[in-house]
Amino acid sequence: MNELRAQLQEWQAAIQRVLPPWWPRALAVLLIAFGLVLPQLFSVTSNFINTEILALAYVMFALGLNIVVGFAGLLDLGYVAFFALGSYTFGWLGSGWFFKAHVHILVHGPQATLPGIHLSFVLILICAGLLTACAGAIIGVPTLRLRGDYIAIVTLAFGEIIRVFALQGPSLKIFGMPLTGGELGISGTDPPYLPGIGTFNQLNIRPWYYTIFALVLITLFVNVRVRDSRLGRAWIALREDEVAAVSMGIPLVRTKLLAYSLGAAFGGIAGAFLGAYTTLIDAGEFQFGFSIFVLAMVVLGGLGSIWGVVVGALLLSNINYYLIPDVLNGIPGDLGLKFNLTDLQVSIFGFLLVLVMVLRPQGLIPERRRKLELTRGIGETELEEPGAAWAAVEPGEVVR
Amino acid sequence: MEARSLPSRTASSVGRKALLEIRRTAGRWGLVALLVAFPVYFLIHDLTTGYPGFANGHATRIHDLTYLGTNIVQGISNGAIWALIAIGYTLVYGIIELINFAHGDVFMIGSFTGVSFWSAIGVGLATSTLGLVVGLPIALLVCMIVCGALNVLIERVGYRPLRNAPRLAPLITAVGFSFILQNIGLLWRGGSTVGVSDLVRENKTVVQISGVVIHRADVLSVAVTIPLVIALGWFVSRTRHGRAMRATAQDPEAARLMGINVDWTISLTFLIGGGLAGAAGLTYALYETTIWYLQGFLAGLIAFTAAVMGGIGNIRGAVIGGLIIGCIQQTIDARVGPQWTPFFVFGLLIIILVLRPQGLLGEETREAG
Repeated sequence: MNELRAQLQEWQAAIQRVLPPWWPRALAVLLIAFGLVLPQLFSVTSNFINTEILALAYVMFALGLNIVVGFAGLLDLGYVAFFALGSYTFGWLGSGWFFKAHVHILVHGPQATLPGIHLSFVLILICAGLLTACAGAIIGVPTLRLRGDYIAIVTLAFGEIIRVFALQGPSLKIFGMPLTGGELGISGTDPPYLPGIGTFNQLNIRPWYYTIFALVLITLFVNVRVRDSRLGRAWIALREDEVAAVSMGIPLVRTKLLAYSLGAAFGGIAGAFLGAYTTLIDAGEFQFGFSIFVLAMVVLGGLGSIWGVVVGALLLSNINYYLIPDVLNGIPGDLGLKFNLTDLQVSIFGFLLVLVMVLRPQGLIPERRRKLELTRGIGETELEEPGAAWAAVEPGEVVR
Repeated sequence: MEARSLPSRTASSVGRKALLEIRRTAGRWGLVALLVAFPVYFLIHDLTTGYPGFANGHATRIHDLTYLGTNIVQGISNGAIWALIAIGYTLVYGIIELINFAHGDVFMIGSFTGVSFWSAIGVGLATSTLGLVVGLPIALLVCMIVCGALNVLIERVGYRPLRNAPRLAPLITAVGFSFILQNIGLLWRGGSTVGVSDLVRENKTVVQISGVVIHRADVLSVAVTIPLVIALGWFVSRTRHGRAMRATAQDPEAARLMGINVDWTISLTFLIGGGLAGAAGLTYALYETTIWYLQGFLAGLIAFTAAVMGGIGNIRGAVIGGLIIGCIQQTIDARVGPQWTPFFVFGLLIIILVLRPQGLLGEETREAG
């Protein structure tokens, strides 16, 4: 095991010697160009591009969660709450759901006369981001004094509470109008309209692709800039050792709440986009499994590593939406087993989480600092030093 | 804190002190007050407003405490099951400070194992009382062994290699195992709730005390829980291995230096926790007469709330917390509707963690608070 690891490291070093120092930037430019050209190679309703649109939305979710879990080290198991809130923001502000209201802001075409609240697509995305940022901060408040694993439970509880509200929405009335559509969902949402592109529809999914691609690029830019900023360093310091960070003057409350808010905002925007794309916002989507799916992307890619998370999200959503249902689904049946591979979907991700954590806790493309922290910890167990396993004080422990 | 803000701080120090005092009082008594207010509200509500019911064949509003009594009886019997699961959380948290996310799903596997086992050995609705008296304890034992072994296996594969890694790592593997177990349940019994043959005739009345009916199911779950809790208490406080467990929970390093096999002791803890979850699983199947592959998710969270309420790491606290949360859950189920139960349970969990994270009885682990 160790020899293999050493061998891999040697190869890695050899590759780095050969490549010029500017290769990451060149690679990024190449990848963006590839992403721009990609939909032109397929038909306008291609199933593959449909998968890629979902995958890019998940990249955005994963990047948002990475801010909370990867940068700030706060394990958030209720990320689905922001997906739900973002989607519902779209449902509320971009359809005839609140049929008694007549609000129209910057909308074109037939929506301008229909009852309900109709806002322009960009405005809805901004509203979704703001609303979920506030929700993120609210969810963050009770967790401020808590230890790592309690944070996980509280966020999970919030996610489930939002789900209960989503499911029971039809019985909750606001001015005589139901809050959500429950399991039937909110349907009849406005097709987005962007000046220069026109109205989006399902017959040509390229505009959807370019929209989410642009959103992902913005998210990436913000992520990189924030990570290297004062705030990003404060998050990492809090993650590594809360007591030390606070005694160095980092404002604990503001820093943690900003992590929750920013992470939530990206989730909300991606959620609003998915709500628009699927044109149906039903409560059945907002399962705990979603939170774990996104967490698996972050963990697989490497906690705190932006490029790792992008790769993890693209990989897992392609496996989930393309490889398992379309390509590999029949394999167990061909082998004479009585189930489809889609039945195993959940445990494939569970197994992946366990496998990655046990074998390669730093993820596929690890962040340098995180890697040091994780591998050093693992190495010590192998020495079997008496008591070494218990000596280390964990980061992010007692805050009180 | 800038220098400019210093004078204003001293000026408002009185207000600050008052705020701190309020906060301390809320921390000490807020949770207790909330838990007392809950039954008192329904008591007053039942006596004044009354609840809909039938008297002499007419639909009227009844003004007595029978309904609340029924809620509490069912709550205690259901809470006894939650207590068994909560002990598993508390034991594991006490010893390695990990929330064993997969624990609820181990409980679910316990239910499935029990049902499959008793149908495999031919126990069914037609079985005589003697057959049940012999068959069900055997099924209980099998469930406990299977779940205990499963829990030990999970610890060995998923948690032990990561004992030294940051806390996030074992937590994530725990979530992973939870999903694997759910998938096993899904493949085993399908995606919808499965009815279980009502072996003990759970709805038969055992005794009726001033209108409050105690069913067989209530007696069963309490009768399974009490001996197990007493046995556990004896094991932890009197035996050599129990002492090793307590020592490891207090200070693993010192325990190791004293010659305690810490790894073995941790495995033992997982075995006991899993065994209790298995017992809870079988009892639950007989109690609810339906099983579902996702039952472990909500049950696990309810039991975790119970463990936190009692003070995680504290066995007595887990039992008390289980009983309280059982009463709350049954009351909500009956009066508001079961679809709102998760909201109240999770809301309570958040309130506990905000007001009194150490729980009602406080922690007995090395890191108090």
